[in-house]
Amino acid sequence: MMIVVVLAMVLQRNLFGVVVLSGIYSFLMATVLVALDAVDVAMTEAAVGAGISTVLLLGAIYLTRASEAKPLRRPLLPLVVALGVGGALIHGTLGLPAFSDPAAPIHTHVAPRYIEQAVTETGVPNVVTAVLASYRGYDTFGETIVVFTAGIGVIALLRRRRKDRD
Amino acid sequence: MRSQLVLRVIAKLLIPFMLLFALYVQFHGDFGPGGGFQAGVITAAAVIFYGLIYGLPAARRLVPDRFVESMIAGGVLLYGGVGVAGMLLGGNFLDYFVLAADPVHGQHRGILLVELGVLITVAGVMLKIFYVFAGRGRDPGGA
Repeated sequence: MMIVVVLAMVLQRNLFGVVVLSGIYSFLMATVLVALDAVDVAMTEAAVGAGISTVLLLGAIYLTRASEAKPLRRPLLPLVVALGVGGALIHGTLGLPAFSDPAAPIHTHVAPRYIEQAVTETGVPNVVTAVLASYRGYDTFGETIVVFTAGIGVIALLRRRRKDRD
Repeated sequence: MRSQLVLRVIAKLLIPFMLLFALYVQFHGDFGPGGGFQAGVITAAAVIFYGLIYGLPAARRLVPDRFVESMIAGGVLLYGGVGVAGMLLGGNFLDYFVLAADPVHGQHRGILLVELGVLITVAGVMLKIFYVFAGRGRDPGGA
């Protein structure tokens, strides 16, 4: 089903349709994440991917034209690059441990300690929240700063031009 | 959009529940799925929804630009402030054990405050991006 949506997005020339289809794709992705028991990520995907980014892309379409321009040349080089990168990534996945292999490094490093100790050490039953905010607090701080930087960048890029016009 | 009576009524009905759900996601994040990021996005989505139905100027009156900009910085400052508070109380940066007499309680408090910081920044940034995108070309002085 996701493949159908992606193909429809590639073939669609009307950008409004592409945006709506990408929202549908995000919801499908969220259901996949729920099936993988990653409810926190699924929630983010549904809210950001399907909600906010759809609105922002529609806003961007409002500012530009609603249909895709015809490409000037045949995009052969991008095709080669995309196929090369995709092939390299698929080659890389061959070296990963099998799906849900209990002996994989990710399950033997710090994860057992988080799962066993998180409730007694932090008193927070949701291990995802405990890892995110407490054990990996520095990383989350960094992520917050990334979001902050994005906001500052948008303000710096878009607000000044509006003032110039006024 | 001015005359869409159904949309306006439904929006008025839905928005309080969206905000309530955001707070639920925020404060129940310790026990169920959710946390500051998701709650921030839902909060921003509620205001963006309001802006879509009632028009951008109404949303800007409800949540002014200046307030949104101070949210962007305030969330990061709150997060960093929790870290510095841990240092001042004798722990390491972002060390929550010292925030209350009982270490587990301190962890709880630290996580809540930090998630609140994430919520404020994320909601502020999402709203700001929406404002500047939607504001371009629709302002009287814009193109």
